[in-house]
Order: sequence, then C-alpha cells, then structure tokens
Amino acid sequence: MKKLKIFLNGIIKENPTFVLVLGMCPTLGVTTSAFNGFGMGLATTFVLLMSNILISLLKNVIPDKVRIPAFIVVIATFVSMIDLLIQGFVPALGESLGLFIPLIVVNCIVLGRAEAFASKSSVLDSALDGLGMGLGFTLSLTIIGAVREILGAGAIFGCQILPETYNILIFVLAPGAFIVLGLLMALVRSLQKTDK
Amino acid sequence: MEYLLMIIACVFVNNIILSQFLGICPFLGVSNKLSTALGMGVAVIFVMTLATLVTSLVQVYVLVPLEITFLQTIAFILIIAALVQMVEIVLKKTSPSLYQALGIFLPLITTNCAVLGVAIGVTQKPDFTILDSVIYTAATAVGFTVAILIFAGLREQLELVKVPKAMRGVPIALITAGILSMAFMGFANLVKTF
Repeated sequence: MKKLKIFLNGIIKENPTFVLVLGMCPTLGVTTSAFNGFGMGLATTFVLLMSNILISLLKNVIPDKVRIPAFIVVIATFVSMIDLLIQGFVPALGESLGLFIPLIVVNCIVLGRAEAFASKSSVLDSALDGLGMGLGFTLSLTIIGAVREILGAGAIFGCQILPETYNILIFVLAPGAFIVLGLLMALVRSLQKTDK
Repeated sequence: MEYLLMIIACVFVNNIILSQFLGICPFLGVSNKLSTALGMGVAVIFVMTLATLVTSLVQVYVLVPLEITFLQTIAFILIIAALVQMVEIVLKKTSPSLYQALGIFLPLITTNCAVLGVAIGVTQKPDFTILDSVIYTAATAVGFTVAILIFAGLREQLELVKVPKAMRGVPIALITAGILSMAFMGFANLVKTF
C-alpha cells in the first residue's frame, strides 16, 4: 500500500509540472504536438528511473560534500545514453526535440528527486518514485501537447480531426505554449480545491 | 555590420526565453521584483559569456581532436558547474560589493538551462568561429535580461490587480508571458536569425 502511494505521488498529488512547477523549459519547448510531449516524457522517465536507482545504490559511497557534482555526473551519463539511443532508433523524434534532449541534465525534476528522495531511500522506493514522477511528467506533457495540437493543427497524435479552417496557428507557436500551460495549471488548481 | 544584425536577431527576433524556451525557471522564479531581476540578468550575462568561451575552446581543442564529442553533455555541465564555483570564489575575494549584489544568483545559474543550452547550441552551428560564438552568447544573454526586466515590470503591476484565486501566482504569470511572447513575435522576420 505504501509502495503504491510512493508511485502515485508523482502522478497526481505532486505532479511535477502542474503542482511542483518544475522542468518548465522542456514542458514549454517541446509540446508542439502530443507525440513530441510523449517522447520527451518517456526520455525523462528513463533518466529519472535509472539515475534514482543508481544514486540510491551509491548513497552510502558518495561523500556528502561532493554529492551534487556526483549526482550531475550520474544524470549526465544517462542523458548521453538516451540521446544516442534516440538519435539511433527514432531520428525523427531526435530532430524535433533537438537541444532539449541534452538539456534533460539541467531539468530540475531529475536533480530534485535525486537530492530529495533517492539519496535517502531504498532502491525499490527510489525506482518507484522515479517511475511515478516520470510518468506524471509524461502525462502532463502529453496533455499539453494534445491541447496545443488540437487547437493549433486540428490533429491529435498526427491524426487530422478538425478541418484546416478551424486551426488557430498561435497555439503551436511560442505564445500558445505559455497560455495553454497557464490555463491548464489554473484548471488543475481549481479541481484540487474542490477535492478538499 | 554582420555582428550588429546578429545582436538584434538574438535580443529581439529569436529571444531566448520568449521564443526558444530556455531559462524559464529563473524567468518565473526571480521576476517578482525589478531589482532582483536586474541582478539575475547581469549575473547571467557574465556567466553565460564566460561559459561559452570556455566550452567552445574545450570543444575545438579537446573534444573534437580526441574524437570524444559524445562526452559533450557531461564535459560541458561539469565545466559550467566548476566555472560558477570559481566565479563565486574570485568575486568574493576581489570585489565584495559585486559579490553581494550577484552572490545569491550565482548558484542558481548552474541549473539555468540557458547556459548549457547555448553552449551546446553554438557547437551545432557549422560555420561559427569562437568569436562568433561568444558574441552570439553575449547577445543572447542580453536578450534574457531584456525579457526578464520587462516581465518583472509587468509582474510588479500584476501584484496590485485582483486575480481569480486559481489563477494567482504562476498561472497568471505564464499567461502574461504568453502575451509578451506574442508582442515579441512582432519582431519576426525583421532580420535573418542565426
């Protein structure tokens, strides 16, 4: 039961995007379509899961004073791995995410979870936390991507559902990212208020 | 002339925050007051220019000749983290007054994705010399400062307005940023972007 709670914590209660407001750059930068958001989310989930596991394994070996640089090296290693994997196997995704893949290194969620959770918890708990946070991030990125894609391009996951006359181009451009995220965040907040 | 066009392109047309989405965390985090926004902006200009200078030297003289460019991400983030620490120590010793003004912003800059983003970005531009990269970075950092200053001014005004409960704080700030970004779209196609 406690394990389930750790896993669900990242998806709903402490959703990294809508509640903790972490990792805003990729959230705004890559969500021009649902597929891009989903891909970015999964790449981040991989890094979060692997770095949480490794940091939790190494937590007794890493001296306290150099823990932040040590965490960054661990994270950067996994980011380089996923970068090369994406370039090798899904080059189309690599092209649309571009610079934002190496920038997973400085995504505050990854370092934040390493510092706040993985460096103090058991391996299994850390893995669950990483997976939950990653999936929460993926979920919110996919939602933002889907909203922007429907409004801006009349499609979802590349499937045309609205005729082109109804497209509002601004939503796939930069301003749309800020506005959609702002409105969705307000929506999530007002829903949470009614829960209590 | 070439450089002047590049500077205009980086500051206005292709603004790092409002059209490239780099450095959003400090943009939202330290834009409550005009004075802190200015401090952050100056610190970013300083660190970003220095970081790109060092990372492009490392890229050209170490990573490429040794054919280890796959280590780019790891090498660059370590250089930036070390550089920020060094700048902090040097400032503390040599110029206490400047340290007092910029000190609290320096540790925050390590996690500013704009610094790493631009450092990696310039290495992907094929015909950039090291001088080009440094000027490009400095201009981009000025663009960051311009955007964060305008935004902080808007947010100071926003404090005085009654906002619906669910929109308070980050959501309304994001929508304001969206409108600001729309305004900056007016600069599109003014000059060729780099």
